[in-house]
Amino acid sequence: MNLKKITSFVAVALLATVASTAQANTVKWSMKGDSLTLDPHEQNEGPTTMVSRQIYEALVSRGLDMSIEPQLATEWTIENPTTWVFTLRKGVTFHDGSPLTASDVVFSFNRAKSKTSDFKEYIDSVTSVEAVGADKVKLVTEGPNPILLNQISNIFVMSEAWSKANDSALPGDFNADEKTFASSNANGTGPFKITLREQDTKTVFEKNDGWWGTVAHNLDRIELYPIANSATRVASLLSGEIDIVTDAPVQDLKRIDSSAGHTVNSVEQMRTIFLGMDQGSAELRSSNIKGKNPLADKRVRQAFYQAIDIEAIKKKVMRGLSSPAGIITFPGVTGYTKDLDARLAYDPDASKKLLADAGYGDGFDITLNCPNDRYVNDEAICTAVVGMLGKVGINVNLFAQTKSTHFQDLKNGLSDFYMLGWGVPTLDSHYVFSFLYDSKGSWNKVGFDNARVDELIQTMVVEVDPAKRNAAIAEAWAIVSDDISYLPLHHQVISWASKSNVDVPIRPNNEPLFRFATVN
Amino acid sequence: MADRSAGLIHRIRDSDIFHSFIHSPTALISSCLLVVILLTSFLCEFVAPHDPFTPASLSLMDAFTPPFWAEDGSMVFLFGTDGQGRDLLSAILYGTRISLIVGFSAILFSVIFGVSLGLTAGYFGGRYETVIMRLADVQLTIPSILMALLVDGVVRGIISRELHDEVAIYVLIFAIGISEWPQFARVARGATLVEKNKDYISAARIIGLPNRLIMFKHILPNILRPILVIGTIGLALAILAESTLSFLGVGVPPTTPSLGTLIRLGNDFLFSGEWWISFFPSFFLVILAFSINLLGDWMRDTLNPKIN
Repeated sequence: MNLKKITSFVAVALLATVASTAQANTVKWSMKGDSLTLDPHEQNEGPTTMVSRQIYEALVSRGLDMSIEPQLATEWTIENPTTWVFTLRKGVTFHDGSPLTASDVVFSFNRAKSKTSDFKEYIDSVTSVEAVGADKVKLVTEGPNPILLNQISNIFVMSEAWSKANDSALPGDFNADEKTFASSNANGTGPFKITLREQDTKTVFEKNDGWWGTVAHNLDRIELYPIANSATRVASLLSGEIDIVTDAPVQDLKRIDSSAGHTVNSVEQMRTIFLGMDQGSAELRSSNIKGKNPLADKRVRQAFYQAIDIEAIKKKVMRGLSSPAGIITFPGVTGYTKDLDARLAYDPDASKKLLADAGYGDGFDITLNCPNDRYVNDEAICTAVVGMLGKVGINVNLFAQTKSTHFQDLKNGLSDFYMLGWGVPTLDSHYVFSFLYDSKGSWNKVGFDNARVDELIQTMVVEVDPAKRNAAIAEAWAIVSDDISYLPLHHQVISWASKSNVDVPIRPNNEPLFRFATVN
Repeated sequence: MADRSAGLIHRIRDSDIFHSFIHSPTALISSCLLVVILLTSFLCEFVAPHDPFTPASLSLMDAFTPPFWAEDGSMVFLFGTDGQGRDLLSAILYGTRISLIVGFSAILFSVIFGVSLGLTAGYFGGRYETVIMRLADVQLTIPSILMALLVDGVVRGIISRELHDEVAIYVLIFAIGISEWPQFARVARGATLVEKNKDYISAARIIGLPNRLIMFKHILPNILRPILVIGTIGLALAILAESTLSFLGVGVPPTTPSLGTLIRLGNDFLFSGEWWISFFPSFFLVILAFSINLLGDWMRDTLNPKIN
């Protein structure tokens, strides 16, 4: 090889590198906290599902407009009111190249129904799942289930062979800090695959070239960098280090919007923020009142409720970007009405009187557990609540911590008084009741136990007549609102901020679908 | 009695140090500033216009009030309020006290620890000296902030999260103190090496005084000058280290904020135009560290016979 040849070879190689880097479209994505696990059945939490949604797919899914559309199933028939048969899409392969079969779907449903899964409430009505031939799956439900499709849009399908080969046949127990191979590795059928996972630091997604669908995006790579500090996150966006932030801090929206080359999109999120008050335990863990539980008295719960000046929180903490809530669900969900969503009046005097009537005129101590990296201004809201309750004589200690330990403490029954936010992926009130109000609901950590509500929840699962079903939902909401089992705060508004050339359509459930994202 | 105190005042007024002090504008200004800061922060319960840490006394509707000269400002909150409606001036006074307590205690800890090791090392020499001074060398290669972070991380691993907030201040004092001791050990050893060969020490040895007495009664008073100088400058460094750690979120918890914690809390609002929330605590920190450093400089110049 003579010198000339070498030079031209080097030049060509250089050109090729330049060309390929120019074409590689990378989106650098940031939010406050990271996905808690890559295992799609381990923890039912917003950002965790946001990440899973890019890698894994379900039988059906919600599109950009939030309507149900086919995903891994191409069609389905209802053989009789309790039997559904889904036909699987042909030619779907997992990221490791193995083809999707009916037994993978059966395996995934059983995995999601297992004891350590946090998704079992979604499909608690499904009694059996079986493969019919190689490309059909039959689901049998306990009774006719009008919202089955909504529910299974969140049951992600994993590879049976891969899970079993990697000791991940069952999801790890998140509350016991149990991790499996699938918690930090992923093998889905989705449009992106994980190529690097460093929890809380960096996660890299690369385009899955073997994806079955029509590619609408032009991305080659997504890099997720969680940045806990709001100011740092905004600075990284403004300096161009980050392309999109899916939880832009409310106080910085004006600043970002005024910057040339950046845009802000806000949408009312499908999520209600509320406080849980443990009324079921015999004694509170963090209180100076021993031998009885003050929160078991409805008057105390109402006193807490009426001591909260939600308009002040909206104006000062949320800067107008929230709508005060009366129930833990929002417009667009079956069973929501404006009347239900009305709040009890803010009235500290009434609150003091209620406390005095209940025998706690001198107040008492309690600890408020709060996440500091999950919801919009979560810790600031909690600090405001501490002050407001202090004014009526309740001495609240704030214990704010990162979301993974906050949720673990909550699920392990260590929280007396806590903040939580609830989205409704199924867009049906049943979801809220089955998790938060069912006496056996896995996120019912306030000890709410009402036989009539349990009965109504069953009705919601099996009743197909919409009028009767809506009546059951309305009755259940009336009971729980009257009981003040939880203290609703507000429906949150989320804002995404991005470089103007990065287009990721905003969705009210705060889940980006990068398969529709473009970079210009 | 009156004679004796008058005599003392007379002695002080006649001394070189006093003369140098009143003729040095930097020393005068910085010590005046320090006295004001010390008085206001240690009497903050009486001086501060508000009590910023009783949640019941706060009103969320007061949040984000700008300083008094701005358009929406009010004389009730001279330096404005933070996002929870806390009066910033009061929070700064309370915070300065915490920063000072942590700084003082940390430097006291490292002076006692470092000087004891340095003094004994210099006095006894031999293998003991080698071990102590090599340990100091090794530690000097680790940046003090890193050392403090390490201590904090280990403690966090050992004790429960609930307990951590309560002991945070002690952890911080220990963490900063342990990261600063090598400087004191080195200076103390160096000075001891010079002193121990002087005649008065030989005399003390000859009359059979125990080593303990010689070291602490005879050598220690004579090596205090350089230690006082680096101790004063170390104090400013310790206060800055405390603020840095609190700013990083591993220091004093937000329920009883120090200056660094206040700066961290205000940092979230820098982009949104609420500049005063982090500006005033930062400004106070600068003034505090600056005046301590000026005083330290003056002390170095005055107490060092070689410069005079």
